Amino acid sequence: MTTVSSVASRKGRNVELALLVFAVGIVALAYINVGIAVEGAVPPSLVAVGTGFLVITIAFHLVMRWRAPYADPLILPIATLLNGLGLVMINRLDLAKGRDLAEGMAIRQLAWSALAAGLAIAALIILRDHRILRRYTYLAGAVGFGLLLLPLVPGLGVENYGSRIWIAVGPFSFQPGEVAKLVLAVFFAGYLVQTRDALSVAGRRILALTLPRARDLGPILVAWMLSVGVLVLEKDLGSSLLFFGLFVAMLYVATERTSWVAIGLVLFAIGCWVANLLFSHVQRRVLLWLDTFSREALDTSDQLARGLMGMASGGMFGTGLGRGRPDLTYFAESDFIVPSFGEEIGLIGVFALLLLYVLLIERGLRTAIGARDGFGKLLASGLAFSVALQCFVVVGGVTRVIPLTGLTMPFLSQGGSSLLANWTLVAILLRISDHARRPVPDPEVPSTVASEQTQVVKLR
Amino acid sequence: MSELTITVMRLGLLVALWAFVIAVVGVLRGDLYGTQVTPRRSAARTPTPRPAARGSNPAAVPAEQRPVRPRATGRRFNVRSGEREPNHLRVTSGPLAGTSLPLREAGILIGRSPESALVLEDDFASGRHARIYKGPDGWVVEDLGSTNGTFIGPQRLSAPTPVTDGTEIRFGTTVVELRR
Repeated sequence: MTTVSSVASRKGRNVELALLVFAVGIVALAYINVGIAVEGAVPPSLVAVGTGFLVITIAFHLVMRWRAPYADPLILPIATLLNGLGLVMINRLDLAKGRDLAEGMAIRQLAWSALAAGLAIAALIILRDHRILRRYTYLAGAVGFGLLLLPLVPGLGVENYGSRIWIAVGPFSFQPGEVAKLVLAVFFAGYLVQTRDALSVAGRRILALTLPRARDLGPILVAWMLSVGVLVLEKDLGSSLLFFGLFVAMLYVATERTSWVAIGLVLFAIGCWVANLLFSHVQRRVLLWLDTFSREALDTSDQLARGLMGMASGGMFGTGLGRGRPDLTYFAESDFIVPSFGEEIGLIGVFALLLLYVLLIERGLRTAIGARDGFGKLLASGLAFSVALQCFVVVGGVTRVIPLTGLTMPFLSQGGSSLLANWTLVAILLRISDHARRPVPDPEVPSTVASEQTQVVKLR
Repeated sequence: MSELTITVMRLGLLVALWAFVIAVVGVLRGDLYGTQVTPRRSAARTPTPRPAARGSNPAAVPAEQRPVRPRATGRRFNVRSGEREPNHLRVTSGPLAGTSLPLREAGILIGRSPESALVLEDDFASGRHARIYKGPDGWVVEDLGSTNGTFIGPQRLSAPTPVTDGTEIRFGTTVVELRR
């Protein structure tokens, strides 16, 4: 026999504050470590930069107390720690290249972090209930596909290093794919909440799989064609994989049917195979992946090889921050920030970082389980899964599990668009989790006025 | 600065990182919430309508000798001193057989919709199937316009009907009883 009872969650705001202070402390320790190792003294900017970082963090925490008191207490500290460690590593690479704080990338990244946290705070204040987003399902779909295809617009899109995933407006460049990930998650969640019954119930059973009807295949085929389009036209395997994987994962969560995952994997494999036959840039990536140290691969690009060598020289405990040479790898501060960490804090440190991502993703999925509405469930699981898939694509790429693609590591990598998108993602997750963890009010007591009988009042 | 300082700092950083991870996991452990399912000893699977043995429950005394506040769990059981009123609902057959949940004065909703107090996983039940609430003379069950109806015995309910301890109420393939 069992008893089912409802247990209210603890708010955990004090836990959050303690963990935030801990996180800022770790970041400060890492910053001092870099300063001492590189320049032999505690960096003079420690007080200014540290105070700035602490103020942003505490401001975010106070907004949480005000607007999302029941939200998950772990998401914010984890995101803060990752963002801070990314800042330290970017600063460390600045120092290696002889740039001081004022002209380096780190101060720009700090400004972007502040902006991104500000945007997340604004999102928490403005968005009182995540279900409002459901009203904009199709608008979100249109905007998301638009953003994904925006770099193809002539004059606006820029082709950098073989991929056309940037847009440039004046002096600013932006990677719209990062924001598209968020908007598309909203669209998929809204769309699948409506259509999941048709997608999950109808179908024929063949072997262990329940195959969907041919006409229900429409959405997944459209998503697949778009993702192949991105792969072919923008030459970006990462965005294509992220976008298609997000759709398939949310389809699976919505319908509980493994056949969708099987269909998705088969379609993706076909897409990859055909792309590998037809396009030289894909063939180059595959060559770099399979034969990283061969003569012709090294002639094409030795970036991946350098990253691997960096991690190897770091070993188990790492060289220590400021003592390795991660700056030898190109893009050590963005695509290759994980090998940079691998070299300087070693396997043990990188595993701690990966566990932080795992915990962040777990909190997202826990939020999805706790959410009481279908849209919130799908949105939270989609957002958490997109972070997971992105980490897999990045870390898998630099460790030669899959071909290297140009995605950013959430929170760690240098890049404004990535920070903006991921902090907004955190804000939405916090909003959903606040809703999920808020204690259910008792079913309202029928008001005494309504239940009372009408009485005739004599006037005379 | 000496090499020793730097070594201490870089190892200290690793320790701090892992301490953070462990602290987060520690918070996770203490942060369980949601619906809690407490298994009890199945000794009470007796056909008697009254729960004769309540397993690990410390209040496992016959109802006649029950103290004024029989449970110290602090949950919202609707127990009045001296009165012998049903205070919880038990599912006796159907997919959720064995589940029990406390009755609330304000009424509990039964149905497939996730907002119900008892969420039926029963294809023959409606989203908002029925409501059990406290009327002036005791507990009352009301059908909320469900497709397949709510039954007491062979009779399909058309109006709010009083129920007492042990009355079997059927929704779809699920049978529930009010218990003391």
